[in-house]
Amino acid sequence: MAHAHKLEIFRGLLKFKSNTQKIWGVLIFLSIVTAVEVVLGIIKPEFMLTTSFAGMKLLNWVFIILTLVKAYYIAWDFMHLRDEKAALRRTIVWTPIFLVSYLVFILLFEATYIYDVFKSGFLAWDF
Amino acid sequence: MDTAVTTENEGSVWGGGNRPLGASYGKLMMWFFIVSDALTFSGFLAAYGFSRFKFIETWPIADEVFTHVPFFHGNYPMIYVAFMTFILIMSSVTMVLAVDAGHKMKQNAVIWYMFLTIIGGAIFVGSQAWEWATFIKGDFGALETKGGRILQFVNAETGERAAIDEFALNLNEARIADARDKGVWFTDNETLTTFSLNEVIEGFKANPNILIRTETINENGHKTLLTREQSLGRLKDAVRVVEGANLIRNEYGSRLFADFFFFITGFHGFHVFSGVVINAIIFFNVILGTYEKRGHYEMVEKVGLYWHFVDLVWVFVFTFFYLV
Repeated sequence: MAHAHKLEIFRGLLKFKSNTQKIWGVLIFLSIVTAVEVVLGIIKPEFMLTTSFAGMKLLNWVFIILTLVKAYYIAWDFMHLRDEKAALRRTIVWTPIFLVSYLVFILLFEATYIYDVFKSGFLAWDF
Repeated sequence: MDTAVTTENEGSVWGGGNRPLGASYGKLMMWFFIVSDALTFSGFLAAYGFSRFKFIETWPIADEVFTHVPFFHGNYPMIYVAFMTFILIMSSVTMVLAVDAGHKMKQNAVIWYMFLTIIGGAIFVGSQAWEWATFIKGDFGALETKGGRILQFVNAETGERAAIDEFALNLNEARIADARDKGVWFTDNETLTTFSLNEVIEGFKANPNILIRTETINENGHKTLLTREQSLGRLKDAVRVVEGANLIRNEYGSRLFADFFFFITGFHGFHVFSGVVINAIIFFNVILGTYEKRGHYEMVEKVGLYWHFVDLVWVFVFTFFYLV
């Protein structure tokens, strides 16, 4: 890695003076996101549980999106992907994203099918 | 001379000397490992999702399972896991600071930051061990039906969960664990539970304010509470008492739940443990001045990548196991 660090986060909205300062800035951001997740996990707002978007509760969408946000900042700033060449970054990021999306899609569909079989088929499993 | 070499490299792509990814061999290999390990963890979490979607109506609610904080009594869902997450993020920060100090060739700063990172990792592994111990011990106890479903108990007056030792009768039944030295040499039984099935059933009949809670989640997102009559009917299906958790059955609900808990958090915990060991090796190398002699601290950066990866995995485990 070159010694030059990119010191901007949030697409240049926040610019730090030194790398050390950026690290603390990212820590504060990650802590806030974690705190929001925990608070939401404890109070579980009623409207987020009842509202469903694309087959999943709104609350779970919020959790998953916040997780991806945290993952982005850990990889980009702690693992220095922001300072690496675009080719390396894309190799590392898109390979798992592609494979994992495929795996999750196929497994969750299969699981939903099995759930239907258990529910509507002539199969007793709660006795 | 310089110009000649550059021209030659630019002219032939296959001539070698190209660095398309701009990373050293060691760092690239660490990234290869991380990507493949990320796929392994994704496989585990996707398998967890599979089992959960399969039993979507009966899966245990994590908030009700992980409610303990060391040294505190009471019900604190999520608090301790949040603390563990924070510890791991914090040790990630000291790790980046160590890498940063390494770039500036500040040996003493690297030593201190590495030290703090190792301490953070040790606290995390210790917390996980405690969480496992609490999970294995269990707190309320439950009954299991013929079909392997879990029946839990609720106090009708308070609406709180009731532990089996609050109402089970002590019938002084003589029970002996069928250990190898007491029975036939090839039979080996499970550890005896605090109360026998009969004691729990008799205790349930004697306490009219105890109700049964099934695994099924109702439309409000809570476990279904049976009426007293339904409870007494359901009690007939019970075949054994379950206390705590092991790889076969657990008092929290679906058997797969405990299996995935042990498997996923165990695999992650093992990564943290090996991370601590690798960090310690690098830490001593820094103290010995190995990287000072080498002229760069890239080794700290590489072990840092692994350490951040462990943090990254925990972020996902936290979401999919504890929050969602």
